[in-house]
Amino acid sequence: MNGDSHYDAIVIGAGPAGLTAGIYLSRARLRTLILNEGTVGGQLVLTHEIANYPGVESINGYRLSGIMKKQALSFGCDIRSNITLTGIELKDAEKRITLSDGSVYTAGAVILSPGGRPRTLGVRGEEELRGRGISYCSTCDGDFFAGREIIVVGGGNSALEEAVSLTKHASKVTVIHQFGHFQAFEYAIEEARNNPRINFIMESVVTGFNGEEKLESVDIKNLVTGETGNLRTEGAFVFIGYVPNTGFLEGMVPLNRGGEIIVDSDMSVNIEGVYAAGDCTAGKYRQVTTAVGEGTIAALAASAYISELRVKQKQAAEI
Amino acid sequence: MLYTNLKHLESAAELERAISENENVMVICGRMGPMCIPVYETAEELEGEYEHVKFYDMEFDNPEAHVIRSLPEVRGFMGIPFTIYYRDGKVVRATSSIQTEEQIRTILDREFSKTVKA
Repeated sequence: MNGDSHYDAIVIGAGPAGLTAGIYLSRARLRTLILNEGTVGGQLVLTHEIANYPGVESINGYRLSGIMKKQALSFGCDIRSNITLTGIELKDAEKRITLSDGSVYTAGAVILSPGGRPRTLGVRGEEELRGRGISYCSTCDGDFFAGREIIVVGGGNSALEEAVSLTKHASKVTVIHQFGHFQAFEYAIEEARNNPRINFIMESVVTGFNGEEKLESVDIKNLVTGETGNLRTEGAFVFIGYVPNTGFLEGMVPLNRGGEIIVDSDMSVNIEGVYAAGDCTAGKYRQVTTAVGEGTIAALAASAYISELRVKQKQAAEI
Repeated sequence: MLYTNLKHLESAAELERAISENENVMVICGRMGPMCIPVYETAEELEGEYEHVKFYDMEFDNPEAHVIRSLPEVRGFMGIPFTIYYRDGKVVRATSSIQTEEQIRTILDREFSKTVKA
């Protein structure tokens, strides 16, 4: 297939990895399309302040993603957001993507950067009480809990930093964490431990949320002793990491046990012309900068692949 | 200031006019935050498709938004945005916090089905 629906490269996902890939590919004058199922910017728009993005003193995620999108568009990249993928065929030299509205796009190379989404606990009452005491964003909803006793679930950087931030509003913050130690950096642990409004329940998990109109209490289980209990609280903030949006790729590309795409050092997967970048890949760290770096590598590798492909196609046409 | 492409409601009087002059109205009352932005963007996306529904936003911290914050339907809400669906001037549904496009479509389809007039 050729014409308007054929691209040199298609990028699936418009988080920082996908937008970076779009910027690099378009700037290399490769016809590029970014297809995005959700909001352009991905998890980046969920970040209120980014203070460690080199070259930028401080910026919120929504603005940074807006700049990245503008950059990609300025180089001629096409972006379609809020779409639904219904089909993806990666094996052949010409990759084919089908959308729910019947559109079909083809390309020589595909970069997978579908990102991730906040992990939920998946326990009783969580869905029903979301927005009624259960939240995943302290800067959005923290002020609803002024003077109240709340909990934070998790033990990474986000959990501890947000717990400290929430003490601006809440009278008491109890951090509940499944392990006996935190995964957060030392500075975050120290800041949380030194805050008199924060206390900790370790080696324990939340097994259920209770309440009618709003959250009233949580059920807790100690993972070491098996002891169960109930803690009265009006607010619960959940920060337990992310899950990759790779369900639609099962059986097509290699995924690890966590559903992350296994990539080579040039971000390629085990199919020619297919690459992956960002929060969907098997990596230890999840930062905007690492996503941008992976998007760059994937785009450069895809560009080289497309150049080789063109040479081969030209040679084949000449025979 | 909400930086969206939706029509903005600045006062309680404007809200009253919007719900009295239009049969089906969706109002997203929030801030420019991570839980709100995806809801605005979904509404912007659906505006063209749901021509029989009027889509608006309103700043949560605008004192005039008390008409939304004090609705009985939002009692217990502790997450923005507060999204209110009005039919014939009455609240038919209200949701708290981020919603997926699928969840929003479900409400729009259920509450605002197109009426065929004979």
